[in-house]
Order: sequence, then structure tokens, then C-alpha cells
Amino acid sequence: MNPISRIIARLSRYRRHKFAGPALLIAGLSIAGIGFSVAQAATTEIQKVTTSDKASLIAEGKEIFARGCSSCHGLNAEGAGAAPSLIGVGAASVDFQVATGRMPMADMSQQAMRKEPVYNEAEVAALAAYVASLAPGPAAVTNEELAWERSGDTALGGELFRTNCAMCHNLAGQGGALTQGKYAPTVMGVEPRHIYEAMVTGPQAMPVFANTVLTHDEKLSIIKWIKHAENEPALGGAALGRVGPVTEGLLAWTLGLGLLIGIAVWLTTKAR
Amino acid sequence: MSARERLAGGTANFIDERTGAAKWMKKTLTKVFPDHWSFMLGEIVMYSFVILLLSGTFLTFWFDPSMKEVEYEGSYEPLSGVKMSAAYASTLNISFDVRGGLLMRQIHHWAALIFMAAMVIHMMRVFFTGAFRKPRELNWIIGVALLTLGIVEGFLGYSLPDDLLSGTGIRIAEAIIQAIPVVGSYLAYFVFGGAFPGEVFIQRIYTVHILLIPGIMLALITAHLMLVWYQKHTQYPGPGRTEKNVVGYPLMPVYMAKAGGFFFIVFGVTAFLGAVASINPIWIFGPYNPGQIGAGSQPDWYMGWLDGLVRLAPPIETHAFGYTISWNILIPGLIVPGIIFTLLAFYPFIEQWMTGDKREHHILDRPRNNPNRTAIGAMSLTFTLVALINGGNDLIATHFDLSINQIMWFSRIGIIILPPLAFVITKRICLSLQRADRELVLHGRETGRLVMLPHGEFIEVHEPLSPQKAYLLTHHEQNPPLALTNEDAQGVANPQGIKGRVRSRMSRAAQEQITKPTAKEVLEIEEGHH
Amino acid sequence: MMNNENSGAIEKLSDPGLPEHIHRKTDVDPRAAKKAERQVSILFALSAFGTLLFIYSYIWIPEDTFIFLPITGTTNAHQLFLGLGLAMALFFIGMGAVHWAKTLMPDHEVVDYRKEQRSKDEDRAALVATVKEGAANAGLGRRPLIKRTMGLALGLVGLSPLLLLRDLGPLPENELNETNWKAGTRLVTDPGDRPIRPSDLEVGGVAQVQPAFPQGKVRHLDDIAKDSVLLIRIRPEEFNLDAERLSWTYQGIIAFSKICSHMGCAVALYEQTTKHLLCPCHQSTFDVTRAAKVIFGPAARPLPQLPITVDSEGYLVAQAPFNEAVGPSFWERDS
Repeated sequence: MNPISRIIARLSRYRRHKFAGPALLIAGLSIAGIGFSVAQAATTEIQKVTTSDKASLIAEGKEIFARGCSSCHGLNAEGAGAAPSLIGVGAASVDFQVATGRMPMADMSQQAMRKEPVYNEAEVAALAAYVASLAPGPAAVTNEELAWERSGDTALGGELFRTNCAMCHNLAGQGGALTQGKYAPTVMGVEPRHIYEAMVTGPQAMPVFANTVLTHDEKLSIIKWIKHAENEPALGGAALGRVGPVTEGLLAWTLGLGLLIGIAVWLTTKAR
Repeated sequence: MSARERLAGGTANFIDERTGAAKWMKKTLTKVFPDHWSFMLGEIVMYSFVILLLSGTFLTFWFDPSMKEVEYEGSYEPLSGVKMSAAYASTLNISFDVRGGLLMRQIHHWAALIFMAAMVIHMMRVFFTGAFRKPRELNWIIGVALLTLGIVEGFLGYSLPDDLLSGTGIRIAEAIIQAIPVVGSYLAYFVFGGAFPGEVFIQRIYTVHILLIPGIMLALITAHLMLVWYQKHTQYPGPGRTEKNVVGYPLMPVYMAKAGGFFFIVFGVTAFLGAVASINPIWIFGPYNPGQIGAGSQPDWYMGWLDGLVRLAPPIETHAFGYTISWNILIPGLIVPGIIFTLLAFYPFIEQWMTGDKREHHILDRPRNNPNRTAIGAMSLTFTLVALINGGNDLIATHFDLSINQIMWFSRIGIIILPPLAFVITKRICLSLQRADRELVLHGRETGRLVMLPHGEFIEVHEPLSPQKAYLLTHHEQNPPLALTNEDAQGVANPQGIKGRVRSRMSRAAQEQITKPTAKEVLEIEEGHH
Repeated sequence: MMNNENSGAIEKLSDPGLPEHIHRKTDVDPRAAKKAERQVSILFALSAFGTLLFIYSYIWIPEDTFIFLPITGTTNAHQLFLGLGLAMALFFIGMGAVHWAKTLMPDHEVVDYRKEQRSKDEDRAALVATVKEGAANAGLGRRPLIKRTMGLALGLVGLSPLLLLRDLGPLPENELNETNWKAGTRLVTDPGDRPIRPSDLEVGGVAQVQPAFPQGKVRHLDDIAKDSVLLIRIRPEEFNLDAERLSWTYQGIIAFSKICSHMGCAVALYEQTTKHLLCPCHQSTFDVTRAAKVIFGPAARPLPQLPITVDSEGYLVAQAPFNEAVGPSFWERDS
């Protein structure tokens, strides 16, 4: 018999003692209480840090903004010319636009494209804090907060995607053409939080899908479906870009008919 | 006599005593097949058809042609619990719960694409070489009928799974039916058994897809083959080949092995595509719902040019006396295709009318030796190609950083300007090639070797052509245009003046040629050389 | 008029005749022949291997096995090897047969002769005579009454199968002009069936909506094909509408039929920046600020606009049904 089981065995002798229940209860409660107060102390500690941090974060964001964004969006984010006002767009908008590399734009010709982001996560957070401080707007989210894997429903997400998203982003989420050279980008390989923020804020030509029209959970389902489509293995072979019959026709003409005609030429040449 | 010979003899005896077919069979087994790769194109079509029949039969064992609403409970999880038609659910079932089902679905669809592609290439071969000329005009018309049926059959086939992509196609077909003046809405209600989409069209197009159209096609293919058999193959020009003979290999054993082997090759290549390349992944598209749509919705390629025509049509509709005529649908959806297929079917007779040539032809033309026909072919292909490109304008826009509006305007203008341009350019190219042939026959092949003549001049050595090659380049006929007069001998104007003038103009265009070298010229040159 | 007789006028070069037969290596060298024989056998053996692979894959590779391949990524191994096995089994039978024919079967070209398709004159004359005689014996020319009634009967008999097709579907009646939208019908989200308040929709926002159905009524695809509506909110000052159309909007919220006026696809590609709606099927473009006027593409009519307002509980409802038929044009359509 090892020592721990010996102690348990000794204690269990008292388990029928009349004070055993209350004692256990008190012991349990005090352990929980101590743990809770320690945790709470820790939280307040963090909160304190955040509050003081928040001011400096906004200040830092303002500085980045003045350097990198103000030339187009104006010194106070009031907007100018083609660049819209950012007052009230919220942290979600900044997180989407800057963390996906769309902002700052490389050239103003057509449409902000997804590219390698210029600012790192911390800088994006600072910028977002600054813009959010100007006027209330949708808050930025993190992938962890969304918990789409738990709350989403793939099948429902597919249905919602087909009703609300597929007309621009294609049935398989590969993106599609809009008018005058604009396009809806592919939704494959996009961070869940950016998908969510795009729906909430309606970047560029995309309309806004408010939480009242497309609920939070419905958005999570859409994300879950997109992530499923992204990770779906090739069930029937090469996906051919998943853009439908055009690439299929191309392959039938080139590889299919090409091979067959090649073989027909071999078949009808005289052997030597 | 070996056992095998005895068995063969016995079999032949058994059949002949009951059918008297010995003579016919002997003739058949020694039938001559000219050896050229372009004669295998039609075989690709036929074999693809057989593959379609085989794989299609397999699919019918599980496919449920019903629009009854069911809740999906199969093994493809992302759709579990989704409401869909039984047709869509059973297609998912074939894809994921029947072993080899997805493979067969993909083979069936790839075979359909190759069937149509090979049909078009085969038709182009027949057109550009003039193989449709008398006595083969009927077979050409059967071919055009098969092409038309093939397009409809393919469209109905990919509509059967009732997915979101194909449902959109059906919606467009409904709009075309509905646009027919006077009876349109009635026809649409009859076809769909009421309002669109209704609950019957899948089972109706299923019957048409697996029974009616394949039956007609099978009959037409049989007639097509019997005519080829009976009229014997055409052959490419060359030494020893005349209008009275056909040179090639006998059916038994060479072509039995080659053609039979080719069937397996075509099937093998189709199966390979079915194994490695995904086609029509309907599980991604979702079930049909008229309130949903996907960007980049396209038909299969053989419908793509029709869709392209519809896209570039001008927005014209007539409203008069309380009635509506949708020219924007009727012109690109029915009128233009109708004109195109009619002209295509009657082209052999149109050419006969232009050239006045009503004789039999079994030796094929080299495309350059009939510049007018080749140019007409290039013109038609250009028209179709511009329409096809416009049919994929949204994908072209996103993949090549263009705007759909630009591509649409390019197509709208291009479809008017480019075909005539293609005609002129092709005709000039053909005439230049004729000129090059003439030079080749008269002056031989340039060897690139320079020699210095005794008096210091450098000349390039020209190698005379072999008699075989020279014959190949000069065997063709060159006819002067029709001598048509608009007045009779007494100077009275022909009442059919305009028709005559048109015909005379056409005939002159049809017979525009670079005069080929005559035997006399060749002889003179040869004597001069040596 | 025709001058085909001249066609041979230009003297042709003489036909040198069929080229001489050249023997193949396999014809002259027994070793080459042996090698070809081996090659053919290898091809057939490959086919047999393909069938074995097919059988193996069918029975022993589970359907949820995946392997990684360079181009296709993670691929279903069951489907892939089943297909490759079948492809090999078929392809190599063909290759073997063709290689056999090319290398080992006789390759002497043979000549077959053809005759004109046209029958001999006497045969044709005989046919004409037979037909004439048959017609005369039937007395068709002499008995015009029979000819006419027979024509009538044959002409009419074709009508019965046509008539039989009548019950394929009901008559359209007025259905193409009707939808489920009535005055006071609530707008509900699609999918989800939740009623919508104006405040639910931000400026720049859209919602896909259907009419609310009374309890127990099921929404069929037929209903969706007519009722689908797209709700868009813009700044009210951005509208460029006449007074009547403006009264059909509510606080910058405007509702259009989602079924394209061209060919019935769902028009829902809304660009917030340009306020344009694009149809993905044929690229008709509609301007939302000008009551969905067509500004590009083949559509000839604007999308029908649904007049909306709010009910006593503050939810968006239809003021009235659509004032015109939704969807593609048809003959009886009056506008």
C-alpha cells in the first residue's frame, strides 16, 4: 500500500464523522474562495494595466496613423477625396483592412487587394484602438473569441453562404467579377476574424451584413462552411480551380482530345 | 485441320447456312480503311457515345429522377439535414455511397465533353477537306442533326442532378421558352407542369435524356455509319489515289485491331480523366434554389457560345398593344442559332449552287486549294469563338485583370468585325500558300546551299521535287467561275436578275485561285534547268 | 451555263502511282519481330495489372483513405486508384492491340475500287416504271375523292398525339403576374424567417428577404422563384427617384425583386460603393438609386420595385403587391 492511499484510508475512517460534511464543505468553499480572490486580484491587475495601456495604445495608434494613413485619410481621419472618413468605422474595419494588407493601398487605381500586411499585429491593434477612439463602431474580434468551430453549423453555413455570399464570391468561394474591373476576392485562406469583420463592416464594394439581419451565430456558421470548403480534400481528383465548366471544357479540349489525337496520329503512322 | 480452324469453319458455316451472308461478310472483312489520323476523329465520337451509354446505364441504377423534397442523410456531412430534391440527394449518394459511383459520374461527364469536342473537330475536318460533297451531303446533314441533339442531350444531362449551377441553366432555358411569342408562357407551363421550377421537370428531362434523344442519336449514328460503309471512305490526295479507288488497310485483321484497340484507348483516357480530374462537383454547389446564385455561373463549353451570344445581345424589347416581344432573348437564344444550324446543314447545297459542281467527289481537298470554303469556315469559327469568349467573360475578367464591361464591348464589336476579317485573312493566306506551292513545283525546294557560278554569281541550289510530291501539289482541279448571263440571246433581261448576279459574284469568289503549274510549264522549267 | 467540262482543260502532271512498299524492321528482322511481340505482351500484361489494381482498390482501399499528391493535394485514394486501375486496364488493351497491328500484322496497302453511287439508267427507268404502275394500279389519280379524304385523315391524325400533350401542365392563367406579396405582408429574412425592423439594416447593408407566410404554409421553390426580394439601405438623399417611387421606399430602404427581368437569375451582386446591382448570369447592371434602371447588359427592363413601409409594430411590410410581373418577359406581359 503506498503512502497516499494510506492517508486516504486513514481519512476515510472519519468520513462518517458527524462534522465530516460541513468540514468538507468549508474546506471546499475556502479553497474556491481563495482561488477566486487570487484570480480576481490578477484580473484587476490586468485591467489596470489595460486602462493605462489603452491610452498609450491610442497614442501609439495616432502616431502610426499620422505617419502612414493621414496623407490620404486626413490628419484627423476625416477623409479626403477618394479616401473615406474613418470616423465611426470601428476597430473591426481597421483590423480587416490593415491586417489583410489591403491598407495602405499600393496604388489607387482600382481596388484594395489582399497582400502582405505592412504593419504587425501590435501596430494594427494600436491603429484600431485609435480609430475606435474617434467614434463608436464595430469592435475587432479575435479568432479565439469567435469559437466558430463550436458554435457554427456547416450545413446551415452552406445555405447562408449560397444565399448571401455566393453571388459575388462564387459557389465554391473562389471569387468573381463585379462591374468595371472590380472583383469579389476569393474567401479561401482568409483568417476567420477577417471574414467576420468583412461581414460586419462591408469593406469596399461589399455590403454590410448587420448582426440583426445575419445573426452572430449565422456568421459563425458561414465561417465554418468556408473553412470546411477550404480544407476539403480532393474527393474526385484535381479541383481545376473550382470555377466550374470553363476549366473543365479547357481540359477536355487540351488534355483529353489532345491525348486522343496524339494517339490517333501514332496509330495511323506506318511503323518502321 | 487444327481444332481452331475447325471451330472457325464451323461457325462460318452455321451463320452462312442461316443467312447466306458469306459473300457479304467476305466483302466486309476485306473492306478498306484509309490510314489517316483525321479519320479517327469520328471514331472518338462514336466510342465516346458507347462510353456514355455504358456509364450512363450504370448511373441510372441509383439515380432517382424525382423532385420530391427530402432531407439529406448521406455520408457527405456538410449537407446533412439540408432539404433538397431526391434527384440531388441520389446524385450525392452515387458520388459518396456507391463505390466507383463518383468515378462513373466523372467518366460520364468527361466522355460527354470529349464527345462534343470530338464531334466539332470531326465536323471541321469534314468541312475543311470538302468531304461533305456529293454523294455525302446526307451524311453531313445527319452529322449536323447529331451535333444539335448532342448539345441538347448534354444540357439535359448536366441539369439532372438539380444542383444550384445547373438549375440556373434550367431557369435560363425556361426564360427562352417563355419568350417565344404568343405561345411562350403556355409552352413553359406545359414543359414545367406549371410555374417554374415546379415538381416534374427532372423526371421529364430524365426520360428525354436517357431514352428519347439517345434513341434518336443511336438511329442517326447507325445511318451515318451505314452510309460511310456503303459509300466507302473518302481519301486524301496522293499518288495512286483516284476518284475511282480507295487505298488503305483491310478491316480484317489490321483495322479490327486498330479500331477495336482505339475504343479501349478512348475509354482508358476518359477513365484516366475521371480518376484524376474532378468534374461537376455538385456537392460544392448545393441544391437548386431559385433565390440563390453563384458568381461565374457558366454552362458546359458546347453551350457556352450560346450563353455568350445572350450576354452580348442589345437590351431590346418591344411592348405593343399589351404584348411583349423580347428581342434580347429571341435573337441570341433562338433566331441566330436557328440561322446558324440551318446554314450549316445546307452548306453542301449552298456550295453546289455557288460552284455549279454537281459531280461526285471522293478525293479530299487540301484546305488551301479551296480558299473560299476555308475562309467561310474560319469566319464561322471566329464568330463562335468570340461568342464563346464572351460566355466566359466573368472568369476571363478575374483571371486576366480585365473588366467584364471591356470584354463585353470587345465581343459586341468583335462579333461583327472579326468574322469578315477572318474571312479575308484566311483567303489571302490560302492564296499565298497556293503561290508557295506553285513556286515549289516550278523551282524546287530551297536547300540553303550556295554555290558560286563560274562567272562569280552566287546562286542557291534548288532541289527538284519528287514526282510524288509534285503530283500532290498539282493534282487538284481549278475551275473557272460560272459563266452566267443576265440577258438571254435576244438581249431580254433575265427575270431572276438579282439572284443571277449574286450567284455570279459568289461563283467568282468561290473560284478565286492562283493558277497551278501545268505539266507543260514544269517540263519547260526542267529542260531549262538541265 | 455550267462549264465543268472545262475542268480538266489544264493538263495535269502524270500520276506516278502508289509509292513502293517499304518493309518494316519487323518484316525483315526476326529479332525485331520477337521484340515487338514482347512489347505487345508487356502492354497486355500492364492491362491485367490495371484490373488487379482496380479489384484491390474496390475491395481493400477504404473509401475514406486520403493520400497527398503534388497537384491535386490531399486526394481520395479509393476513387483515385479505382480510376487509375480502370484506366490502365482499358488503355493498355488498346495500346497492345494497336502496337500488334502496326508492327506484326501485314502492312501492305490494298486498293479497293468504287463505282458511282448513281444506279444504272435502266435500273432507274425500271424503278420509275414500277412506281408509276403501282400508282396507276392504286388508281390514286383516277379517284380524287379518296385522295382528298386520305389527305384529310392523315393530316388530322397527327393532332391527337399533340392534344395528348395538353395535360403536361396547367394553363398559366394570371399566375405569371402574381406573387405572394400582398399589402401588409411582412418582410422576413431568407433563411431564418425573422421579421426586420428598419433599424436592423445599416446604411450600406443588404438583406435577402421573403414574404412572411401564415403558420402552416410551406415555402416551395415555386414561391421563392417569384417572391425573392433584395432589401438595400442607402442614404435617402442618394435616391434619384420620382415622388411615387420615393414613397415606395422607407428611410433609405428600397426593395427590388431579386429575379432578373432578363432571364430570371437571382440578381444580388450589390456593390455598396457604386450602388449597382449586377446579374452574374449575363451581366445586366442595374442602378439602385434610379429604381434599378438598366445601365449595362442585355436586360431591357428595370427590376420590379416592391413598395414598403412599416406596420404598427415597427416591422417592414409591403405597402402593396408588385405593380408588374416579376421575372423574365413573356408574350402577355403588358409593360
